[in-house]
Amino acid sequence: MEEWRKVPLETTRQKDLNKMDKGMGVACRDLTKTYNKDSVLAVDAVSFSVEKKELFGLIGPDGAGKTSIFRMLTTLLLPDSGNATVDDLDIVTDYKTIRSKVGYMPGKFSLYQDLTVEENLQFFATLFNTTITENYDLIKDIYVQIEPFKTRRAGKLSGGMKQKLALCCALIHKPTVLFLDEPTTGVDVVSRKEFWEMLKKLKDQGITILVSTPYMDEATLCDRIALIQSGKIMSIDTPQNIINAFPQNLYAIKSTDIYQLLKDVRMSEDVYSCFAFGEYLHLTFKNEVSESENKLENFLIEKNHKELEIKLIKPTIEDCFIRLSS
Amino acid sequence: MNDNQISISANKLTKRFGDFIATNEITFDVKQGEIFGFLGANGAGKTTAMRMLCGLSKPSSGEAIVAGFDVYKQTEEIKKNIGYMSQKFSLYEDLTILENIRFFGGIYGLSNIQLKEKSENLIADLGLGDQIKKLVGELPLGWKQKLSFSVAILHNPKIVFLDEPTGGVDPVTRRQFWDLIYAAADSGMTIFVTTHYMDEAEYCNRISIMVDGKIEALDSPANLKKQYKAASMDDVFYQLARGAKRGE
Repeated sequence: MEEWRKVPLETTRQKDLNKMDKGMGVACRDLTKTYNKDSVLAVDAVSFSVEKKELFGLIGPDGAGKTSIFRMLTTLLLPDSGNATVDDLDIVTDYKTIRSKVGYMPGKFSLYQDLTVEENLQFFATLFNTTITENYDLIKDIYVQIEPFKTRRAGKLSGGMKQKLALCCALIHKPTVLFLDEPTTGVDVVSRKEFWEMLKKLKDQGITILVSTPYMDEATLCDRIALIQSGKIMSIDTPQNIINAFPQNLYAIKSTDIYQLLKDVRMSEDVYSCFAFGEYLHLTFKNEVSESENKLENFLIEKNHKELEIKLIKPTIEDCFIRLSS
Repeated sequence: MNDNQISISANKLTKRFGDFIATNEITFDVKQGEIFGFLGANGAGKTTAMRMLCGLSKPSSGEAIVAGFDVYKQTEEIKKNIGYMSQKFSLYEDLTILENIRFFGGIYGLSNIQLKEKSENLIADLGLGDQIKKLVGELPLGWKQKLSFSVAILHNPKIVFLDEPTGGVDPVTRRQFWDLIYAAADSGMTIFVTTHYMDEAEYCNRISIMVDGKIEALDSPANLKKQYKAASMDDVFYQLARGAKRGE
């Protein structure tokens, strides 16, 4: 047997843990998870750190591995390899302490549907050896919005109200780190805005927040984000820095017939990429020279496009995501 | 788009559940080949309205004609002439791609010859050639949704209803999905679609926004932005839905 294999496992683990960033809200290094006898690589050597009191976003589509990461960090799932700490506690050995310190709101509504709003909250407070009154300050702003319905069964609440109750239950023991797995999925624009305002307030009260979302426009509301796809992190930085790192000039273009425009622009040999983006198409050129723009414009006028408009724009996070993933 | 041909026409269409008016006198027309975005806050009454238009739920009052058929009396004809897909109702995960196509094609009454031709075209168009024997459950979500759309229009319906077809799908696949929608509309099919992505609202020819059971706004995205002095559709939606009383 090779020399290194003789080292007892626990010692190796301790050594690896010593390498982890200290003083972080959450830290993971090379975190890996496979399913179905290794045939599905859900999380592929993911490393990132979330500072204390930071609002950190995991941004990616369904199947990117977001939920697996959350379940490992909340000690509900063991990683195949790699390490992670929450408040400097190891997710494998210190799982009991972690569970008492963190708040977790899973993507799927997981409260007791046949208990009332108040009963659910009381139940979770009791589980964590506390009372509703003890930490009422923390949930007050959110709870007052659902308090008129406190005798209603959780199963009979609207989507927006369920989400608020779940957040209250995740907060009732005053966690140091809050894990929110896709809290805004399937929720309309108005409720989504309200929810992010609540998160800002919680962050101001000193809670570390790790939140995931498939909505790219929510990325800019985080302090820092990780863009994730197919189990791999493509980029980690502040939203602004990720936008600044977009390597090319990005143009928006439109005409009266947007579908024909998309087909025609894609035919142009000077165009590197082109895709629909709201009322415009976004495009980049192969050669970043001033002729490219004029050449394309002439090409499209020849193709009979009316009310043609082309302008240089700032990329959004979604542009960056598309760029990184294709 | 054919301006003279009306594909869906609703007049004061209403659905009550006891005292609760889920859909309250909605009136609108959708033209043939139009991409019509049907938006609204959670609980605004979109699903109820869509179920009536698909012939799945009998209206309490009002009228609607879908693909030339009456929503009270001709629900079976409506079902034959429309396609439907949603994020939730998709394909059978434990059947292969080819088996799903055969199954749904069979339900819609396609002949064996039609089925063979259609499935070959569909598989070639989607570039699924080397995967036809794969179980649908093994496909990534984005592929499932693209396949599900293609299956929903296998029988060449006049109208296809899409209920949040791109929820959770990655940005690249979401756009490929819209390429399919554009192509279908280009061939004359009417597209009736709901979405929570406001950039997708911009891809529609016209959109309606429902608040508390009523259609509060209906126009092209450009006109709506002008009317509400908003920079984006997100803004228009926010202004309208902010006052909503109903949850879900």
